Amino acid sequence: MTAVVELRGLTKRFGKVTAVSDVSVSLEENRIYGLLGRNGAGKTTLMQLLTGQEFATSGEIRVFGESPVENARVLERVAFIKESQRYPDDFRVKHVLRAAPLFFPNWDESYARSLVGDFRVPLDRRMKKLSRGQLSAVGVIVGLAARAPLTFFDEPYLGLDAVARQTFYDRLLEDYSEHPRTIVLSTHLIDEVSNLLEHVVVIDEGRIVIDRDAEDLRGTAATVVGPRSAVDAFAAHRDVLHREGIGGLASVTIGDISDADRKAATAAGLELAPVSLQQLVIATTTDRTTTQQEDAR
Amino acid sequence: MDESRPIFQQIAEQIENDIISGVLPEETQVPSTNEFAAFHRINPATAGKGVNMLVDEGILYKKRGIGMFVAEGARARLVASRRDQFRQQFVAPLLTEAAKLGITTAQLAEMITKQAER
Repeated sequence: MTAVVELRGLTKRFGKVTAVSDVSVSLEENRIYGLLGRNGAGKTTLMQLLTGQEFATSGEIRVFGESPVENARVLERVAFIKESQRYPDDFRVKHVLRAAPLFFPNWDESYARSLVGDFRVPLDRRMKKLSRGQLSAVGVIVGLAARAPLTFFDEPYLGLDAVARQTFYDRLLEDYSEHPRTIVLSTHLIDEVSNLLEHVVVIDEGRIVIDRDAEDLRGTAATVVGPRSAVDAFAAHRDVLHREGIGGLASVTIGDISDADRKAATAAGLELAPVSLQQLVIATTTDRTTTQQEDAR
Repeated sequence: MDESRPIFQQIAEQIENDIISGVLPEETQVPSTNEFAAFHRINPATAGKGVNMLVDEGILYKKRGIGMFVAEGARARLVASRRDQFRQQFVAPLLTEAAKLGITTAQLAEMITKQAER
């Protein structure tokens, strides 16, 4: 396995705010990653650091073995599609598509044209006049047709309807199968993409809290539901991610649940429910003190 | 897809089911990893892991440059191992639940016979 990205002890501070805190992570070649976390968790800052758009306060960044900052050899192999992409004022869609090959050596013109059809984007319309969804579609088209060896999609779906999002996921999977590359999807719509991901990185308050293969994560957590006393007894010595209760009923989400734990819970008359990746991320990144306060109410 | 288990296991199980039911007869080609991935909308590496698991078990075999095929004798082997699983997955919990409700083994056998006659 070749690491495309290697981060060691990466920290980024803006004044007193630490946006990225001591992050060490590697991204392997030709995998689809999910970069997940709450608003303000540090996802975008991390991607800006990786694409040379921000300077690190401390720590080391290696992209294709080199620093990305002001480095054309690295940057021509990277595509960063962001929600808030700005375009020159007089640009029309066709101008964006004409400019793209200047930045992306692997640009596939005929693929871009077929995507324009798939997403029904009007080529002659000014970028300023596009709807939010059409603007996002242009980003998606550029990101896919660029075929960059390292492609970041930072919440690329804003304003895209369910049909267009499904088209995006389907095209992404298809094109990735034919042209494998490293893709980082940063998204809040975790349920929609969870089956596409090979590896999951969850960031919370600037720190990496989960860095595991998606398949390993499936089935590792479970929610245990039952009478409060039985649930409390079961949860006592286990890794509780989240706790909820109503009346005499309680429900706890256990982070790492073994087969023996499952048997013990069933034997104690408790119900076990699977935890989706989205629920797991919510449980992991919810402030534990807040949930406890809610629980006490 | 079921959230509680790895997807590759579920993919392998579906291929097994298709072999058992005859949808995928022995010595026929199975869809490619990418076709499985596109159809189920899952990561191709995950689909590949499920297919490779069946290759390791000798249920599927690889023809270089062509693709994956169902091995000879795969169906009989799958049926044998599924029968064993059937006892653990269905018969054992059935007996536990019956005991909880005070149903004796004889009564249970009678219920099964009657249900089958319907």
